[in-house]
Amino acid sequence: MTLLTILFDGVAYGMLLFVLACGLAVTMGLMNFVNLAHGAFAMAGGYVCAILVNRSGLPFFAALPIAFLVSAALGALLERTLYRHLYARSHLDQVLFTIGLVFMSVTACDYFMGSSQTFIHLPDYLQGQIDIFGLGVGRYRLMIIVICGLLTVALQLILSKTRFGSRLRAAVDDPRAASGLGINVPQVFALTFAFGCGLAGFGGALGAEILGLDPYFPLKFMIYFLIVVTVGGSSSITGPFLASLLLGIGDVAGKYYVPKLGAFVIYTMMIVILIWRPNGLFGRANAR
Amino acid sequence: MFNRTRTMLQGIAGMALMAASAVTAAQAQETVKIGLIVPMTGGQASTGQQINNAIKLYMQKNGDTVAGKKIEVILKDDAALPDNTKRIAQELIVNDKVNVIAGFGVTPAALAAAPLATQAKVPEIVMAAGTSIITERSPYIVRTSFTLAQSSTIIGDWAAKNGIKKVATLTSDYAPGNDALQFFKEHFVAGGGQVVEEVKVPLANPDFAPFLQRMKDSKPDAVFVFVPAGQGGNFMKQYAERGLDKSGIKVIGPGDVTDDDLLNGMGDAVLGTVTAHIYSAAHPSAMNKSFVADYKKAYGTRPGFMAVGGWDGIHLVYEALKKTGGKVDGDALIAAMKGMSWESPRGPISIDPDTRDIVQNVYIREVKKVDGELYNVEFATFDAVKDPGKTKK
Repeated sequence: MTLLTILFDGVAYGMLLFVLACGLAVTMGLMNFVNLAHGAFAMAGGYVCAILVNRSGLPFFAALPIAFLVSAALGALLERTLYRHLYARSHLDQVLFTIGLVFMSVTACDYFMGSSQTFIHLPDYLQGQIDIFGLGVGRYRLMIIVICGLLTVALQLILSKTRFGSRLRAAVDDPRAASGLGINVPQVFALTFAFGCGLAGFGGALGAEILGLDPYFPLKFMIYFLIVVTVGGSSSITGPFLASLLLGIGDVAGKYYVPKLGAFVIYTMMIVILIWRPNGLFGRANAR
Repeated sequence: MFNRTRTMLQGIAGMALMAASAVTAAQAQETVKIGLIVPMTGGQASTGQQINNAIKLYMQKNGDTVAGKKIEVILKDDAALPDNTKRIAQELIVNDKVNVIAGFGVTPAALAAAPLATQAKVPEIVMAAGTSIITERSPYIVRTSFTLAQSSTIIGDWAAKNGIKKVATLTSDYAPGNDALQFFKEHFVAGGGQVVEEVKVPLANPDFAPFLQRMKDSKPDAVFVFVPAGQGGNFMKQYAERGLDKSGIKVIGPGDVTDDDLLNGMGDAVLGTVTAHIYSAAHPSAMNKSFVADYKKAYGTRPGFMAVGGWDGIHLVYEALKKTGGKVDGDALIAAMKGMSWESPRGPISIDPDTRDIVQNVYIREVKKVDGELYNVEFATFDAVKDPGKTKK
């Protein structure tokens, strides 16, 4: 029974990691842009949700999509004004620029929201556990699994079946040929970037309850996002998805069964996987 | 044209006069400079803000002159990084010629400044950092906050005497967490209790789920918790999510987990938590009531235990100056501070003349709802507790 509880918690944690990190997989893998400020958009979503729910009294489920939209709009704005100029620059320039953004977001958030933890007031029906055949299931974690599961399917469909998905893939693989075919490449990139940021914001709003929300969020979780993308390989959505699940379950199980090793299990897993598959679980051998 | 020149000349003359009079005033009334080194940014920022708020409030209430001297506080942010603390302390002592250094949000910061205090013979008033060893590192250190040993031993004794037989512990894996665990365990086990499970949580990871599951499976009567104040809310929420509150497992610990600063945001899961600590915003004294009311009016929030540390720290400096008649010599100030006792918003406190550490009441409190807000309501008092980390030696 305990094993099932651990598995359940691990899956929920992994799903959450996936939603938080998959936007990064898109910008890093598909657009080939190293965006370390990804966590800042997640934090923005978390705070938007907290402000809407706590101060304006909006229902939690209504606040979630708004968190997505606000983060996406913020992403679109920054993409048009700042990020656009760095697409052609070296990865080092991108890293330096985005880490600078992280520090700015931390300070700005500290100034406006205060440095202590912010909690989102959840409705009662999302708190506590329900009993399913003797298995104690956390309601909030169950909701995370359902929402994130649906989201994953939707993402996969958008990328593989829609016109936008094929345009994006074309724009990434060969921008010059794609624009020759009449695809507005900058526009596709801008939309994709905004969507990735929106997902991060959505993840931040969902995750605030479990991960906590304070101005240091983008720094604290940057490593986790990067681990997910590195282990999963950044050329698809499936890779980061399986990596998130694996890491989530591994992390939770490790902490339960060998609490003394605690936080190191996730790093050990990353090292082992990367020795076995240096380009990540689903990485292309000729990844750029 | 002439007119304008004349006005300008008049203006200049006026300004010169004003400057001259300002100089004479400054000469007549010397200033006592206090270098306040606290984290105002970073993860510990709420500590620095509370201390700074309380000091400003104290100076508003009591004026900024003592024994004929003007008090000037120079606020510096060290972001709780000991390297910064040391550099700032040095600059304050050497360049600004401060008479007192104060603040210190975390133990490493307080320790980093200790050798400077000794060398320069400048009193170091510790208003927050809480490990036992601090006051032993310099004869010029005086503490007005608390030590973790004070609250952890008391809750250990209390739990053993109040029907709690089996305890599982969950503490953050860093120096204060280990201090809390060690002192609690010593007293709880000596009182006949049994520790059935011991988990140390990494500082960086806030998802308590697997650790809490372990707590639940070990079926204790209570969980002893110490996590840094900021994580207390997360812990309490996940404790409820896992149904530990329904399975009758109590939460006990030193009071950091239910810091007044954050308590209201934690939700009803925190109701019934029993902690031992030095201060509650609900402390039923007239002095505390006016302290809380003034603080709320000025800053819009409730003061926590860090604010009280700052309030008492500045009070200590004021009173010591009164005793020395305005003499700012370090040895004279320290001598004046030793053995001093006064009424604080937290209750009666004094400075131990042997260790220069604070002696104070430790209260056992339960989280209750009062007028729709959550408070730590005190129900038992242990009088004049010295730091057990030292009396042991």
